[in-house]
Amino acid sequence: MDNQEPIIELIGLGKVYDNKNVMVRALENINLTIYEGEIFGIIGLSGAGKSTLVRCINYLERPTEGKVIFNGIDLSTVSEKELLKIRQSMGMIFQQFNLLMQRTALQNICFPMEIAGVPKKEAKKRAYELLEIVGLGDKAKAYPAQLSGGQKQRIAIARALATNPKVLLCDEATSALDPTTTRSILNLLKEINQKMGITIVVITHEMSVIEEICNRVAIVDQSHIAEIGTVEEVFMKPKSKIAKQLVFSGAKHIDIFEGKDKLRIIFDGRTSFEPVIANMVLECKTPVNIMFADTKDIYGKAYGQMIIQLPDDEIGKKRIYAYLEANKIPFEEVI
Amino acid sequence: MFSRAVLIMIGKGILETLYMTFMSSLLAYIIGLPLGILLVVTDKGGIRPFVTFNRILGVIVNLIRSIPFVILLVALMPFTRAVVGTTLGPNAVVVPLVIGSAPYIARLVESSLKEVDGGVIEAAQSMGASPLQIVFKVMIPEAKPSLIMGGAIAVITILSYSAMAGFVGGGGLGTIAINYGYYRYKTDIMLVTIALMVLIVQGIQEIGLKWMKISDKRL
Repeated sequence: MDNQEPIIELIGLGKVYDNKNVMVRALENINLTIYEGEIFGIIGLSGAGKSTLVRCINYLERPTEGKVIFNGIDLSTVSEKELLKIRQSMGMIFQQFNLLMQRTALQNICFPMEIAGVPKKEAKKRAYELLEIVGLGDKAKAYPAQLSGGQKQRIAIARALATNPKVLLCDEATSALDPTTTRSILNLLKEINQKMGITIVVITHEMSVIEEICNRVAIVDQSHIAEIGTVEEVFMKPKSKIAKQLVFSGAKHIDIFEGKDKLRIIFDGRTSFEPVIANMVLECKTPVNIMFADTKDIYGKAYGQMIIQLPDDEIGKKRIYAYLEANKIPFEEVI
Repeated sequence: MFSRAVLIMIGKGILETLYMTFMSSLLAYIIGLPLGILLVVTDKGGIRPFVTFNRILGVIVNLIRSIPFVILLVALMPFTRAVVGTTLGPNAVVVPLVIGSAPYIARLVESSLKEVDGGVIEAAQSMGASPLQIVFKVMIPEAKPSLIMGGAIAVITILSYSAMAGFVGGGGLGTIAINYGYYRYKTDIMLVTIALMVLIVQGIQEIGLKWMKISDKRL
């Protein structure tokens, strides 16, 4: 993150599918720069185009407009052969793991090295190292059918890292896993990012995955990038409708609460370590009703929101508004 | 029960049948396997789509497959004579057997290879695998159990085709069954040959199944 060297640049990227002469637009005017060493999240609802987007990065899908620049190379200008070579420096993992079912874990990890022409002995040695890194040193001889989902994804990660890629593309890598396994896989990805300095691009539909590991995030909606920024920015002040929808996804239920005069108080990490609501209640001498609260820990800071119902009396209400403004606590009225 | 001469004849028949079946299967696979691979690879959505070629190949394959084997056997006689010098005996049957079964094998191979999970192929592509590497390192090894099962089916089909060749003097158990059972009303010899055929088919099926189970690592 410190060295702001771009590793992946998408410039005016677009993709149109010709489906029996009916043009289907999957992506339009995507501009995105991913820097070396960061964990970049791409989030969107299903059908938003995020899977196509990640496949454009390694040219599994050829974009119909715009450019992909990887490590300074415009991928549209390289030959087929060079492209295959370049793909070896971009690892990819998938929702369904996509392991070779007829190969052992070890042979699966050796596979990309076989393709790259790494000598067998060397490949095997590296594969054993990678098995240790992903914590499955004892599963070398196991076939994928004998492994759990989390273990399969670990093997897939080891396989993706075998050729020492600069970038790891993760396409919904945790979407088929349970929450505990998801967390352990995310931790592994974080570790790989920190220890090996590999840039990671995470495609997901789950905000929790973004919170957990990403530095920056792009929100994709209806073939476009709706919003892009650091995870903190997007969490604190989601600007687009889709971003609000994703960030406040837990708050959908507030509609069912009766009553008016509801306020959303936003925790922006700065204010989280002081008892905001308690202080406010003491200071204003007005009780409030907490209707919804959702805070998340992102890199040691708490972000989130709380929805409170204000008292009926006008004076109390005004005091609360004044208090929040004076203390620079972000808030908005909920209608 | 049977004379020594008949037993020797039946023994020779078994060997001829096995020879025709396995020789034809081998040669038919040499043609059919690449054709099956081409059908998958050049298909729309394949790893090297080439739709026009794929269509033409598909039509040729269907064309040959739709000709009844007995007709093919007779129609190919001039060609057979040109290749092996005769239209009689096991070697002469191998020619139409190979031509008749190669397209069938191509379709069997095609359907086996199409069972391979597209995601696995995509993963290989993401690693920079070339189409040739995908075929030989992903598609064929991943489809191996299904290819083996298809192989057993193909060999059994070729076996039954080879028996049909008995009508035109092809040799093997089929010829014995027709010459003795049909033309001379020796039902006992016909029944024995049929029983032997059943045993061979059973054996091939069993071997195929066992081999498939051993080779499949998904179980």
